[in-house]
Amino acid sequence: MSGVLEAKGLGKAYRRWRSEWLRAASWFGAPVRPAEEHWVLRGIDFSVESGQTVGIVGQNGAGKSTLLKLITGTTRPTEGSVATGGRIAAILELGMGFNPDLTGRENAFHSAGLMGYSRAQIADAMPGIESFAEIGEYFDEPVRTYSSGMQMRVAFSVATAFKPDLLIVDEALSVGDSYFQHKSFDRIRSYRDQGVSILLVTHSMSDVRTLCDRVILLDKGRVVKDGAPDEVVDFYNAMIAEKENEAGGIEQVRHEGGWLQTRSGTGEARIVELRLFDAKTGSEVSMATVGQHLTLRLRAEIHGDVPQLVLGYMLRDRQGHVVWGTNTWHTGQVRMGLKAGDTVEFAMNFTCTLGPGSYSVSPALVSTDTHLVNNYEWVDNLLVFDVMNVSSPTFIGSNWLDARFGIDGDGFSENPRE
Amino acid sequence: MDMLLAAWRYRFFILSSIRNDLRSRFIRSKLGGLWMVIHPLAQVLIFATILSEVLAAKLPGIDNKYAYALYLMAGMLCWTLFTETITRCLSLFIDSGNLMKKMAFPRICLPLIAAGTMLVTNVLLLAAILLVFAVLGHFPGHYIVWLPLLILMTLAFSIGLGLILGVMNVFMRDIGQVVPVVLQALFWMTPIVYVTNIMPQKLQFWFKLNPLYPLVASYQNVLVFGTPPLWRELLWLSVAILALLVASLVVFRRASPEIVDAL
Repeated sequence: MSGVLEAKGLGKAYRRWRSEWLRAASWFGAPVRPAEEHWVLRGIDFSVESGQTVGIVGQNGAGKSTLLKLITGTTRPTEGSVATGGRIAAILELGMGFNPDLTGRENAFHSAGLMGYSRAQIADAMPGIESFAEIGEYFDEPVRTYSSGMQMRVAFSVATAFKPDLLIVDEALSVGDSYFQHKSFDRIRSYRDQGVSILLVTHSMSDVRTLCDRVILLDKGRVVKDGAPDEVVDFYNAMIAEKENEAGGIEQVRHEGGWLQTRSGTGEARIVELRLFDAKTGSEVSMATVGQHLTLRLRAEIHGDVPQLVLGYMLRDRQGHVVWGTNTWHTGQVRMGLKAGDTVEFAMNFTCTLGPGSYSVSPALVSTDTHLVNNYEWVDNLLVFDVMNVSSPTFIGSNWLDARFGIDGDGFSENPRE
Repeated sequence: MDMLLAAWRYRFFILSSIRNDLRSRFIRSKLGGLWMVIHPLAQVLIFATILSEVLAAKLPGIDNKYAYALYLMAGMLCWTLFTETITRCLSLFIDSGNLMKKMAFPRICLPLIAAGTMLVTNVLLLAAILLVFAVLGHFPGHYIVWLPLLILMTLAFSIGLGLILGVMNVFMRDIGQVVPVVLQALFWMTPIVYVTNIMPQKLQFWFKLNPLYPLVASYQNVLVFGTPPLWRELLWLSVAILALLVASLVVFRRASPEIVDAL
């Protein structure tokens, strides 16, 4: 084995038996067959080299959690094997096994013991755990008096107190307030710099791109793709898009990342396709960059008499705030007198002056400037895309301003864009 | 073998778990650890009050007006250890389900922690009983040196049995319902509350087949009557206990990959 982790032909099946006695018999090698086998993972082959940061992505139910359980050893594979070299630390379920009646210190001792450390090792690490958690005198109070954030702090401090060879981080990890979140990410990052391999399970494609050297995509219990982050992320997005297209008739879908897609309307006009392209190359885009020229193309089919057709767009950020929106009523481009069987193509060119983050496009086919008169079709969050900042200096916020500093008159001219 | 090695590596965890287990029982109630002792002693008191009239006759071989209470306490010491260990083992894996699903650690730690906790509790009960004995003016003879051995045998017996039942209970929850009923029956089939020789000779033979009989009788011998344990019966029992322990470890080992999946 070359790295810190190697999975070979890994598979996990949950079995159902006609009778539990048959199950018991199977432990002793009786030739009985389970009534039902359900494979959650099968034929998983991959390895993690030391010092690598590997992302694991996939939709809910793809088998990510089961894979983690197999790697950490809480469940055992039905077939194949996982070999691990060195110590594994997992930040999965922080605070598991905390006893509310014992103090933080006692629980820290207990948890570290559960990870297999000796009394002396734990005693050595204890001052570090206490100072990292930063909960002051509460460290010697019973855990039941803690807020959930404080409990998380202690749990995280214990889980990462000892430098592992492989650190498994589940996205579900949200460690307390933003101060502590930064602190904990700093610790994870510093471990990475010290050559600790990291396995990161996440739904955030931008995390994957910024943190990972390699990404593994799981779908229906198999490795669908294993490669460079951008390659896998694009493949993943395409896979999701394909699924969306198959899923005609579903009215409301909660997508990975929390976007809720809602479809409503009377259906005289229907949105068939909405896609985002690079304006220059014409290639489809799911990850845009700040300043990129983009084209949003929408194709609508008419299924009844539509005397007036207006297309409206709304752009929302991750929190659901409307970042921008307008419609063809306001731009004076209303299509008149459409009949069943017609199709209409809309294209909208724009420059991506958005800040880094995830955005959604909600199109609406209506008859006037509001959907209250005729709402033919309205789809919330039909298209989701991410924006990354590649070339501009780092900035925050959802809006990109073409701003420049002039200091003491230096680098400043009346017409900065000459 | 590697199972025991893993347990050894986790010895600090096992010890600290036992301590935490006991401490969390002490911490939030006024009488704390006393409750572990009060329950069995209260039971003795109830039985002694109700049944001493029935069994008014002095127990042969002991000269103390509280003879019956002493006899009861000796039997209860053994029974409490047996029944509490079984009950604890029965729900051991189900109660620790969450932990087992989320954390990787040698599973053998769980029964060992249970055994340790039971042992400590039982030693406390023993201390309390000896105290009561002293107050009642009874001092066990020198055969009491064998008591630790008897306690260990009882513990090993109940852990072996409890482990098998606990594993099966994960898959067949009915077992958890059946066992308390069986334990109740077993209590009355074991000479704890009564003396064997009040029974007809023919019945006595069958009652002595009860594997708990030699243990309980030996407890009573060394604690109350000042006579040696029933060595001959204990010998075959210890062989049986050893076999039971090995069997339970095999079952545990074979089943443990599936325990987590079934929880």
